[in-house]
Amino acid sequence: MTRNGPIALIFHTLVVIFMLAPLVIVCLVAFTPENTLSLPTSGFSLRWFEAVFRHPDFMQSFWNSLWLALLSATLAVGLAVPAALAVTRWDFPGKGFLNALFLSPLIIPHLVLGVAMLRLFAVLGATGSFAWLVAAHMVIVTPYVMRLLIAAISGFDRSVEQAAFSLGASEATVFRRVTLPMILPGVTGGWLIAFINSFDELTMSIFITSPSTVTLPVRMYMYATESIDPMMAAVSALIIGITAVAVLLLDRVYGLDRILVGQH
Amino acid sequence: MSASASQALPDDEAPERRVRSAPLILSAPAALLFAALVLTPLLLTALLSFNQFDYATGRTGGFTLEHYLSVLTDGYYLEIFLRTFRVSALATAICVVVGVPEAYILSRMSNPWRSVFLLVVLAPLLVSVVVRAFGWSMLLGPEGPVNGAMMALGFGRTRLLYTEGTVIVALVHVMLPFMVIPVWTSLQKLDPAVEQAALSFGASRATAIVRVVAPQILPGILSGSLIVFGLSASAFAIPGLLGGRRLKMVATVVYDQYLSDLNWPMGAAVAVLLLAANLIIMLTYHRLVEGHYRRRLG
Repeated sequence: MTRNGPIALIFHTLVVIFMLAPLVIVCLVAFTPENTLSLPTSGFSLRWFEAVFRHPDFMQSFWNSLWLALLSATLAVGLAVPAALAVTRWDFPGKGFLNALFLSPLIIPHLVLGVAMLRLFAVLGATGSFAWLVAAHMVIVTPYVMRLLIAAISGFDRSVEQAAFSLGASEATVFRRVTLPMILPGVTGGWLIAFINSFDELTMSIFITSPSTVTLPVRMYMYATESIDPMMAAVSALIIGITAVAVLLLDRVYGLDRILVGQH
Repeated sequence: MSASASQALPDDEAPERRVRSAPLILSAPAALLFAALVLTPLLLTALLSFNQFDYATGRTGGFTLEHYLSVLTDGYYLEIFLRTFRVSALATAICVVVGVPEAYILSRMSNPWRSVFLLVVLAPLLVSVVVRAFGWSMLLGPEGPVNGAMMALGFGRTRLLYTEGTVIVALVHVMLPFMVIPVWTSLQKLDPAVEQAALSFGASRATAIVRVVAPQILPGILSGSLIVFGLSASAFAIPGLLGGRRLKMVATVVYDQYLSDLNWPMGAAVAVLLLAANLIIMLTYHRLVEGHYRRRLG
């Protein structure tokens, strides 16, 4: 492997600084003892984190986002496992269409999905309902789950299943004891990436949340357009922390490079 | 198993039919969800964009092409579409200029640095875009470190926020991983021995990169550019938080139409045009790249 020259390394360093700078400054300003957005020069303080935990709107939105992400990721995995089995293992009419449909939220702008769902919910009289919000989030996270599951299912040796069948196992037993354990990294990886995507989603949610179902990113967006104080930095730092934990978990169970870059 | 075989063996017919319907049963729940929450709402929105809107009563109905006509003829909308196009094109160009060399440099590193820096470059993708936009607003704000450095260099305080430049810089930050990923993927498929061969035949480093490496990663660059352009053109949080009220882009205009002006049909027309533009870009890309590979393989 050839080495990178000094110009390449300087370029690389600048790119890394560029990528990390906005995240680093958020985390530093979160610890400021001042009342304004400023770097902590006179010492570190946790007062703005305390302010976040005392702020009822932010806390309510945090719980909304957490439940929303837990429910939509879990339900999306529940729908995606059978659907991924169907499109990878069988040939049937309409398979190409279904496959494209399941991946379509990746190429439809979230803005368009947001206004489209707002219209549907208005027609149904379900505007601001949490259950419909969960369903909307299931739609946008399912493609991520499907991609990992399809890779996991096409990559495994079916003779193991056939062996189990020939030894007299029922279909349910084979699924539970053979298929599921073998695609488990794809299932947990898919669940985590679905969780992160749902927890972070702003553009679609801003159209379909009501005051009682406002999610954390939507709350932050609204807050940032009206007033700016270090509490915003503290919430952001907490989100960076939660994301970092999820990313480390993801790296453990599935390998982050495999999720982000693909199977190559 | 053929139909005649199952007719000959009536006992086998039940499992046979069950197997044939199995994929439909398995995919039915997801298919229903997507029919209800992707196809239906998109259809409703397309229909809505042809409805008339009465500002006095806020009622919609009837049939009209006026929203599409005003998007295509009204200077206000034309300016917004042009700005969105300009900002997205510039962000895409910068992503190519920065992302392609960065992917190449990353691919030439050895582990553990390679994995560590790949993570550093790609992981911000998973942090909420609101957080990243907020980070940029602090970096570039009047009291921020960038302004501080410029004042120290004698440039004086500069208004950086709410300019196209800031929106572009933040978009590049958000979109860079989408450029690095496909380029990195095509670099992984590239045999380093080919580049070595070019060098050992006396090609300069630059010639080797331009004549040997670049043509092979071109599909990756093209793929990354289209993803970056498509996502930039529909980006909402970055222009919303860093562009302010004056610097409208397509997404922020749709938001205003829906949630401030309450002119849903107008917002629907802009959204339909945005979706159409996105789909045309993606399908064109698909045909280009597939044609490219077919020619090379065939």
